[in-house]
Amino acid sequence: MARKRLDLTFPPRQATKAITYHLVKDFDLVPNILRAQIQPGQEGRMLLELTGGQAEFEAGVAFLRSEGVEVHEAASDICLDVERCVVCGLCTAVCRPGALTLAEGTADLVFDKDKCVYCEACVVACPRRAVMLRF
Amino acid sequence: MSKSWEEINARIASGEAAVMTAEEFGALASAEGVSEAARTVDVVTTGTFGPMCSTGAFLNFGHSDPPIKMGTITLNDVPASGGLAAVDTYLGATEPSTMHGIEYGGAHVIEDLLRGRAVRVKATGPGTDCYPRTEIDTYVTLDDLNQAYLFNPRNSYQNYAVAVNTGDRVLYTYLGTLLPRLGNATYCSAGALSPLLNDPTYRTIGVGTRCFVAGAPGYVAWEGTQHNPNQQRDEHGEPVSPAGTIAVIADLKQASPDYFSAATLAGYGVSAFVGIGIPIPVLDEDLAATLALTDADLTATVFDYGVQRRSRPALRQVTYAELRSGEIEIEGKRVPTGPISSLPVARRIASELKRWITEHRFTLAPPLQPLPQPGSQGFKPLEIRTEEAI
Repeated sequence: MARKRLDLTFPPRQATKAITYHLVKDFDLVPNILRAQIQPGQEGRMLLELTGGQAEFEAGVAFLRSEGVEVHEAASDICLDVERCVVCGLCTAVCRPGALTLAEGTADLVFDKDKCVYCEACVVACPRRAVMLRF
Repeated sequence: MSKSWEEINARIASGEAAVMTAEEFGALASAEGVSEAARTVDVVTTGTFGPMCSTGAFLNFGHSDPPIKMGTITLNDVPASGGLAAVDTYLGATEPSTMHGIEYGGAHVIEDLLRGRAVRVKATGPGTDCYPRTEIDTYVTLDDLNQAYLFNPRNSYQNYAVAVNTGDRVLYTYLGTLLPRLGNATYCSAGALSPLLNDPTYRTIGVGTRCFVAGAPGYVAWEGTQHNPNQQRDEHGEPVSPAGTIAVIADLKQASPDYFSAATLAGYGVSAFVGIGIPIPVLDEDLAATLALTDADLTATVFDYGVQRRSRPALRQVTYAELRSGEIEIEGKRVPTGPISSLPVARRIASELKRWITEHRFTLAPPLQPLPQPGSQGFKPLEIRTEEAI
């Protein structure tokens, strides 16, 4: 069994196609949509976790590409460079799942990786470039 | 109860001064009362560590042989001012690199200098009889420079806005990334530890005040730019939105990268986290009363940055205790909050300043000239005029 996170970019004309339906029905893959922003007529993004057999996974990715979807492997790990971090807390303001929080009282930065959906909002927001992705 | 500057400085010099951080003083006052706290404590230390864009350094390179009158100057490809004497420059923190844009700017050059790294200096000049060289390309470290001093025209804002976005697209601002439809709220103040919130009417903070600047002993040099003492104030005399500011000066060679950190604010630009700490003498009970205020007593105003105008709508007022709880309510919606100013580093600065006073006998300087007081100057806008209208 393979489980991988994929970062999908949909060109505007594909943005309404039911691709997750086809991944389930045609390739027996289990999709878990971690994050999606798709609007008709606009470029869309989806962070998708796929679980299934290796051959099915590869066929599923080939199907996505044939449909014009740009497929990139999403980060498999996200880590904090504590030497660079100044504990300003700005990352907590953009972390919707609440993986990055400030401890009550001490205001120290707490990173609960189990809650992270790898949306990368903190990577962009961090003024110290202290949040890094590993692939 | 009242104490003079001289009495307090004598106690510092003899090692007898009682010094507390503003947070410790607030806790003492709440346990034993403001009068008792005022009687027993001599100095209260403050601290703040947030992005402060109006920051930069004056540098003097010394003369090459043959010498050059530097006109265009870059440091690690970040342009610096060529508008001073031959080998003097001012490097502004927010200046982006010509190569890397806002990912590397003036603040990053200053941080690299503080970390002892060599910085590439490239300059061109017109070539004159006294300065015949027209080009130079070399490397300097902080030690190589004759003078290097921070001169920050606006630091340590007395209170600041809380930013939200009621619009329907993400905004990239100097207060961070604002998520649409009230997706988050960001704020930037050390609250109860903030220097100017501890002395709201600038009784002890003025020109000549000795203070902590990026880890170096420095001075308040002047009122900060956009200093506005006339903002609306609450029952404690505290402004409820951005008000007073200070300009500070300090030797960059004595500063520390622990208290100066370059910043890139996504979609906005370069800035610098600057550590500022000011010691405040507990002269009397009136001053003690404001020193004792906590995050629950101090208020900030929430502004809607979704309205891209000079005057943004004020949505409500919130306390710093509410902001620090991680969530505030706006228009019936629970909005997650996030700071930009580091509370842990602000605490470290207040503690470090306390150590300077108790261990190194860092004495206090009464203002040589007060900052403009409430009721004096205001804050003028820039009007757009045509030549004909003048």
